[in-house]
Amino acid sequence: MKTRLFLLIAGFLTVLSGSSAIAGENKLVLTGSSTVAPLALEIAKRLEKENPGIRVDVQTGGSSRGINDARMGLADVGMVSRALKPEESDLTPYTIAMDGIGMIVHKSNPVQKLSDEQIKDIYTGAIENWKDAGGTDMPITVVNKAEGRSTLELFLHHFSLKNSEIKADVVIGDNQQGIKTVSGNLGSIGYVSIGTAEYEEQHGTPIRLLPMEGIPATGENVQKETFPLSRQLNLVVKNTPSPLARKFIKYAQSKDVHDLIEAQFFVPLADE
Amino acid sequence: MGDRIFSFIVWTSAALVGSIFLWILGDIVLKGFSHFSLSFLLEHPEDAGRSGGIFPIIISTALILLVAIGVSVPFGLGVAIWLAEFSKQSGKAVSSTRLTLDVLAGVPSIVYGLFGNAFFSIFLGLGFSILSGGLTLACMILPVFIRTAETGLSSVNHSWRAGAAALGMNKTAAIWHILLPSAAPAIVAGLVLGIGRATAETAALIFTSGYVDRMPGSLMDSGRALAVHIYDLSMNVTGGDSAAYASALTLIAVIIAFNIMAQTMTDQWLGKRVQRA
Amino acid sequence: MILLKPSFLYRLLMNKWSIDRGASAFLAVLAGLSASLLVLVVIFLGKESWPVLSHGGWHMFLSGSGWYPLEGQFGLTPMILASLAMMAGAIILAVPFGLAGAIFVRFYAPPVLAGTYKAMMALLAGIPSVVFGLWGLTVLVPLIGQIQPPGSSLLAAILILALMILPTVALTSFAALEAIPHNILNGAQALGMTRKGQILFVAVPAARASIIGGILLAMARALGETMAVLMVAGNVVQNPDSLFTSVRALTANIALEMAYANDLHRASLFASGLFLTALVFLLSWLASYSSKDVRHG
Repeated sequence: MKTRLFLLIAGFLTVLSGSSAIAGENKLVLTGSSTVAPLALEIAKRLEKENPGIRVDVQTGGSSRGINDARMGLADVGMVSRALKPEESDLTPYTIAMDGIGMIVHKSNPVQKLSDEQIKDIYTGAIENWKDAGGTDMPITVVNKAEGRSTLELFLHHFSLKNSEIKADVVIGDNQQGIKTVSGNLGSIGYVSIGTAEYEEQHGTPIRLLPMEGIPATGENVQKETFPLSRQLNLVVKNTPSPLARKFIKYAQSKDVHDLIEAQFFVPLADE
Repeated sequence: MGDRIFSFIVWTSAALVGSIFLWILGDIVLKGFSHFSLSFLLEHPEDAGRSGGIFPIIISTALILLVAIGVSVPFGLGVAIWLAEFSKQSGKAVSSTRLTLDVLAGVPSIVYGLFGNAFFSIFLGLGFSILSGGLTLACMILPVFIRTAETGLSSVNHSWRAGAAALGMNKTAAIWHILLPSAAPAIVAGLVLGIGRATAETAALIFTSGYVDRMPGSLMDSGRALAVHIYDLSMNVTGGDSAAYASALTLIAVIIAFNIMAQTMTDQWLGKRVQRA
Repeated sequence: MILLKPSFLYRLLMNKWSIDRGASAFLAVLAGLSASLLVLVVIFLGKESWPVLSHGGWHMFLSGSGWYPLEGQFGLTPMILASLAMMAGAIILAVPFGLAGAIFVRFYAPPVLAGTYKAMMALLAGIPSVVFGLWGLTVLVPLIGQIQPPGSSLLAAILILALMILPTVALTSFAALEAIPHNILNGAQALGMTRKGQILFVAVPAARASIIGGILLAMARALGETMAVLMVAGNVVQNPDSLFTSVRALTANIALEMAYANDLHRASLFASGLFLTALVFLLSWLASYSSKDVRHG
């Protein structure tokens, strides 16, 4: 038994002493939005495969973290799932994809469309039952996003509302929580990423995307910029990016990764 | 209330809890089985984890667990022994240490994650690494383990300590040869709870051992833990549900493996050398 | 000179009593280090929440103005009540069932069943909060929603939390019951007590201190749980008026908003973490009064 313990400790120490051989110029660290992270991770993997010897690490922590880390030099590149605010002008954004935001209801809900006025009334509590919005007699369960999320800010901006005016029944964090909440509740209404909702609809999850202002909520319309509600997915850098960062950003904005963008159900930017 | 009614209540409660557990386990198996396979265990993740496998993630998880247990168990045992044997039971030191540990057990997991990030990753310079994650987990396991092990040690029959002293053993020998072995069930309980806490932790690890799903080359590399992977697949990535449930199945296997290891190692080291009087 | 003679030093240092002293000192240092961990955590929380504490102080958190951090309102009361309600409800469920499970394994179950039940508890203890949350969100919440929408509610949080802390209560209680000296139980049997009597009036009281310790751990876990409650409780900042109300726990609040918060908002989230720690401190301190009695046999 003593020899087993010795071997265990020896093995442990060997692993401990191994250090990453790659450092400095050939390592890139990205932190920030968990929405952008899976996409950045796949782009990073593909770049690594095509350029052996480099390493790109992706970490999450939220858009604010991405901005802070990029500013303080804790990360080379920040990931942000929204456009930059005026007070963030010390950073340079590079947009790599778009993400539309659409309203969803439960599949069994007969309502086919809602006007902007109706959506506003539902979210402020002026309409509390589906029968007042063209549906059956069923109480409405309003699903809203948590404060600070870019999706919420876009929603509020589009409908000229303040968060304190919204009377939510459920508040969610991530997209998937929204999908699972709406699909489990017959009278619910929420808003999520269009790409995600399209995927779920196709795979049998009982939800339905509603058009906004009469325009159907599809990825195509987001790319054509005819859909009224969408957000940018950005990579941000402070000052001039390092050569490796520049390489990564250029790659992320190139056509070569359009398939990766679509695999994450985001929308590649339209050609100029 | 008669004896029969009481035992009926005990059996029914146990059955109720058991069936809910089976319900949850069944849900995981049903939703994860189709995605699960040997190649799932041995391949690297692809397409944001929706295809391919989870091999590097299993390795990262095991390494994080080993660091966490390797640090917290010796440390925790030492403190538990001190609390039970060496300190003055009525002293301020003992009661304030116990109180401190109880409070530590209640710090929210996300606070530990932020603390671990600030202290281990930034202040100590470990960055996003398995070491950073393991040490943060060790902080979380410590209070639970110490508390449980200590109650085991202090419930050992006083006459045994007296007997050991009468035989001329010093305290250290008495602890090593008599008290620890007889407190073994409590120590195992503490270990099991600690392992459970470690495998279940998500929020703390996102900020310390990180998100990278590559095979770690050393303890200083960032590595994704299974719980973090399950979270990402089910709450963040579109279409990752079946892979999430399959990963959950794997995690269950990892938990069982570590628990068996904990039981056998404790049995071996502390031994069933002690027959209860 | 004689002091440096090797054999003298050897006899001075290696005799069993100085080993004891050495061990005592070494272990005391370890204990001190573990206690200082809390100090570190509190310093960390304090430093991060300082901007908002120095700005407005605690009364701002207890005001009734609601939680709208982007508009400068930091009312924590509904969330404090929600966290407490969840914890209380979870404990009310987990303690009887956990204790019953421990009694079952120790006194009633045949060996194979006992081993299986213990293994099941050990397994439950390790399942990630995400998995509990997922099950809650996809199975429990729709079920509750059929009784009363929205389904994401205080009740859902209580049920999931109870499941999560039950293993802690069960495993620690089992270890406590196992550690009771056999002569006490033999004595009770010799007196002709019924099994129920032996368990309820002899075994459990004998193990009371350790069982309470386990319950305390469970309470702390319930207050500190983040992920699972975030997924099933509904997260609306309002008072827990009924079991079916959608509520937000303090921990879920930190998790939901930390990633996107800056400056004062971020500091107030840390302040709520500090508050939670103080709450657990208060609970532990109160509990230490109730289990003040004899620990050693």
